[in-house]
Amino acid sequence: MAWFRSSKSRNNTKKELWVKCKKCNSHVFVDEWNKNLKVCPKCNYHEKITACERIQQLFDRNTFKELFSNIVPVDSLNFQDIKGSYRDNIKATKEKTGISEAVVTGTGKLNNKQVVIAVMDFRFMGGSLGSATGERILKAANYAFENNLPYIIFSASGGARMQEGTLSLMQMAKTCAGISRLIKNNIPYISVLTDPTSGGVSASFAMMGDINISEPGALIAFAGRRVIEQTIREKLPDNFQTAEYLCDHGFIDSIVNRKDMKDYLSNVLSYYNQ
Amino acid sequence: MDKEKSIIEIKGKIKELKDLNTGNTEVLDTEIVEYEKKLRDLMQSLYYNLSPWEIVKLSRHPQRPIMQDYLTMIFKNFIELHGDRYYGDDKALIGGFAEIGDYKIMLIGHNKGKNTDENLERNFGMVKPEGYRKALRLMKLAEKFNVPVITFIDTPGAFPGVEAEERGQAEAIAKNITEMISIEVPIISVVIGEGGSGGALGIGVGDRILMLSNSIYSVISPEGCASILWRDSKYAPNAAEALNLTADSLYKLNVIDEIIREPGEGAHAHYQLAANALKKSIIKNIRTLKQLTSEELIQSRFEKYSGIGKFSVTD
Ligand SMILES: [Zn+2]
Repeated sequence: MAWFRSSKSRNNTKKELWVKCKKCNSHVFVDEWNKNLKVCPKCNYHEKITACERIQQLFDRNTFKELFSNIVPVDSLNFQDIKGSYRDNIKATKEKTGISEAVVTGTGKLNNKQVVIAVMDFRFMGGSLGSATGERILKAANYAFENNLPYIIFSASGGARMQEGTLSLMQMAKTCAGISRLIKNNIPYISVLTDPTSGGVSASFAMMGDINISEPGALIAFAGRRVIEQTIREKLPDNFQTAEYLCDHGFIDSIVNRKDMKDYLSNVLSYYNQ
Repeated sequence: MDKEKSIIEIKGKIKELKDLNTGNTEVLDTEIVEYEKKLRDLMQSLYYNLSPWEIVKLSRHPQRPIMQDYLTMIFKNFIELHGDRYYGDDKALIGGFAEIGDYKIMLIGHNKGKNTDENLERNFGMVKPEGYRKALRLMKLAEKFNVPVITFIDTPGAFPGVEAEERGQAEAIAKNITEMISIEVPIISVVIGEGGSGGALGIGVGDRILMLSNSIYSVISPEGCASILWRDSKYAPNAAEALNLTADSLYKLNVIDEIIREPGEGAHAHYQLAANALKKSIIKNIRTLKQLTSEELIQSRFEKYSGIGKFSVTD
């Protein structure tokens, strides 16, 4: 699994000793920051993490097996904007991140419970939902269905991938088709909405969990803040579209700290009797 | 050039037939009508070969027929049903039982207006969560009554506002998309104007997706895309081109199943002809889909959506 290695080597080249928390501005030792799963020990700010880091945090040692990594994006529309082609963008993003799509899918053991997982990675074009992203998420749902295993998706996405036009919009329906089949067959699906989950991803599979959970402070939205401010022409409250706001309004079940995530998931799944 | 040659050829054929048709025989009459239609289509493709941006503008044309126009031109005995049973009745989306030809169906659609007053009342066809939840309620009702669902899509997008977020816009759309995959009656969706992103898809998952030839279906408005990827909304024409949002592009990409050609310079100039073409296509599709069992419908709908997208598979 190349993405494990490349991510490690990237960490080794970084020699900074301190991390400055984006929320409270305190300086924390890198080692302490990482040991704390990239959560600020002072203010509990949850920094975005990579799909690889997420998988390492969750799965029992040596149990994770990546699936469907052979499904990769193509520039089917020859999309060209002011910064260049989508084709070049894919290539550069792959090199920068060491992953080939905005989601990593696979199966593994979580406190000895076999699950299927899809973990989105915001570094890959803002975690946007393209055709290959949708295909991986659907394939993983089908794998869960065929093997009668619970499905967990960690979302982190700005929404649909514009560079694939309406094909990307249709991935909302494609991924929901996979979820629909799990619902019909009583297979548990837990959605974890991490920072940020918005647009076409929040308006499709991410909101459809039997249980929807989130991490503290995560941004969860349908429309962007600026778009809404333009519509209503006034400033929005600070906590608008945070995980806490969505929990208050009844759309997510619970806000779970990163350090408790693994136990929370396996605990919830222990209530499911096949 | 080939087209121009065929036009001359067809014109000659029509003249020939008309000269022959002194006895007013019906057979020749229908043949003439057919050739005249062929001629109109060819002229159209030649003289109205529009750019994507021109089509975007036509899809938003102030005189373009809206849901309410087709409602009176195509359907009979509309029984409007109001409300989502949880919060309210969204005027931006209407629905109810109706008849088309010999079929009883459930009609649901975005409800744009034609003037400022209408548009303010109908929120420019921008639906809030209660609108999507009303739509789902009506689809479930259609399932219970075993009548097909017809949805008309014409929206700039789902409403982006505080109360929509508060009441779960994302959840409402997600739920509709997911439920529509397994509704046990035929669903036919027609894009009649603007197919604006998730707001369109929220009532747009079905067995047949039809598009009027001057309508659009896009993941983001060309203006929105241009302001993000070109850093200036004045590049909207470029974005319109790049986004592949026209009926012709989407047919090639297997996103939609059928294009309904608008006559002449567009539906805004030929209400009745556009309505007739649309009616014919809807009835034809209902007839085909009615032959499938609900298991077959759901299976093929699942396969249809599983198959949409372009990616590559490496070893
Ligand atoms: Zn902090």
